[in-house]
Amino acid sequence: MSMRDTVRSFILENFLPGEDPKNLTDDTELKESGILDSMSTLKLVTFLEEHFGVEFEAEDLEAGNLASIENIERLVQSKLAAKS
Amino acid sequence: MTTRNLAQLLIESARRSPTREAVGVPEGRTMTYGELDALSDRLRDRLWRLGVRRGDRVGLRLHKSIDGVATIFGILKTGACYVPVDAESPAARGAYIFNDCQVKVVVTERALQPELEENLQRLNASPAMLILDDDKRDAALAVALDDWDRRDPTTPVATVETGGDDLAYILYTSGSTGNPKGVMLSHTNALSFVDWCSDAFQPRSDDTFSSHAPFHFDLSILDLFVSMKHGAKLVLFGETLGKEPVRLAATIASERISIWYSTPSILNLLAHYGKLERYDYSALRVVHFAGEVFPVPQFRAVRAIWSQPRYFNLYGPTETNVCTYYEVPGDDPLDGVDTFPIGTICVPNLGRVVDDEGRDVARGEPGELVVHGPNVMQGYWNLPDLNARAFLVDGDGRKWYHTGDIVTENGTGEYKYLGRRDRMVKRRGYRVELGEIEAALARHPDIREAAVVAVPAAESGIKIAAFVACEQDRALSIIGLKKLSSQSLPPYMVPDIFMVVDALPRTSTNKVDLQALRQRA
Repeated sequence: MSMRDTVRSFILENFLPGEDPKNLTDDTELKESGILDSMSTLKLVTFLEEHFGVEFEAEDLEAGNLASIENIERLVQSKLAAKS
Repeated sequence: MTTRNLAQLLIESARRSPTREAVGVPEGRTMTYGELDALSDRLRDRLWRLGVRRGDRVGLRLHKSIDGVATIFGILKTGACYVPVDAESPAARGAYIFNDCQVKVVVTERALQPELEENLQRLNASPAMLILDDDKRDAALAVALDDWDRRDPTTPVATVETGGDDLAYILYTSGSTGNPKGVMLSHTNALSFVDWCSDAFQPRSDDTFSSHAPFHFDLSILDLFVSMKHGAKLVLFGETLGKEPVRLAATIASERISIWYSTPSILNLLAHYGKLERYDYSALRVVHFAGEVFPVPQFRAVRAIWSQPRYFNLYGPTETNVCTYYEVPGDDPLDGVDTFPIGTICVPNLGRVVDDEGRDVARGEPGELVVHGPNVMQGYWNLPDLNARAFLVDGDGRKWYHTGDIVTENGTGEYKYLGRRDRMVKRRGYRVELGEIEAALARHPDIREAAVVAVPAAESGIKIAAFVACEQDRALSIIGLKKLSSQSLPPYMVPDIFMVVDALPRTSTNKVDLQALRQRA
């Protein structure tokens, strides 16, 4: 599964149970739409850290880094690149 | 008893120790008692100039800041009451509240102004607006006051000799009919609680209080006014920091917080995600929690790391502030106990357990807790029908507030909470009327009907599920429903799950079958 699809299925399963997967696209706004609030953000971040073996700092999670699935992929990729 | 005003707590501490630190922001500015007193005097004079007088309401929609604290005291010093609304909730809700209680002036931030004003105009409300510029947050109020003074000088007025039964603040909570309702609290109500805290917890001037709860949440009353009364320091945890357990945990240690107060949800978050074991919490001596049930296993996880402080479970709806309390025993006799008692009544208030007819139940039997005494609110703003139902009036004419909470009393004056008698639930410590969520959903033109239920959930304590039947060929996606909810409701009221159904199930009497929905949630 691609990174985007992994993130997509985590979000669908945990925060949008019952949603048609095709409604959650790579550029669906996650914050403004209320999908990611403070609690779901924490859960998502914990999942990303454990699943992809990265660690985020508080500033990583600011601004638009979690605003969409494509932004999340970019953030995780940059963390992985910095690690290697 | 002489008439007292909450603002006197600050004025007296400023007189005693003007150079002591009164309030600070982590990694930001601090302000002394003398400075805070002077800044709030200046706002008092500005509000006076704008025509604010005793008995008026003044709204604030600000993020947590020193300016917010100064604003609250500035308002109180005019003899008006403050009406705080959530900067993180939709502007429409704030505008509804400001219009409902007819505030004369609103203090807000530049970035929040346009949407708020737009919503106020829609309601034909036009209070005077005092706008603080966001980019200078730590000194925004002083800068704004300088600017207003240049254009329109004020003359200092004396802090108004009011208090007692005058309103000090109106806190809006979720309302079952679809709109928030304003709980009116007087200076006497608040001071009765503040003075009780002095006796119960023996705060000292070298204490450092946390301010974690936002100012529209009644937990903030203890933080703000008990700290000021005792000349202690208050550390403000902003909305963002307050929700980030890793930074929050580090900050509680680095600020050397000695008296912490929050919901159990936040303590649970700290224990789970905060990496508490990394830091030194030797200054921490009292931990208060309130707002919701704290499951004992989750509590144990906190005390395993924070072992030395005293822990207090504080109970009470906004209408009574805190009215019962329970100190968790130091040893751990809690085996086999799921939840703590809510404890004994805060003197000089009185509690009774009554049945549906308002008669005392037999000792040990479940019934509704009703509370009488100086902590009990003056009533709801402009809701005469609700006020008539909110109180039980006894043969001596005494008013007892119906908490709606079902409790038992064990024979020694200790109460145990069992549940609710209506459809109100607690989420992250906040009151949520399921009917208010239903009303918000049903306002959408594509939604034919909606029903909302709450069921217990392992991790978060509660899961809110919304069942929505849409108009023909107008089905909304779950993302669409989530978005709609987060635009019209505070974050803590947005349902966890949505289910789109053809029609809501009905009972034989044609009511929505909530029991059936709970089973499906």
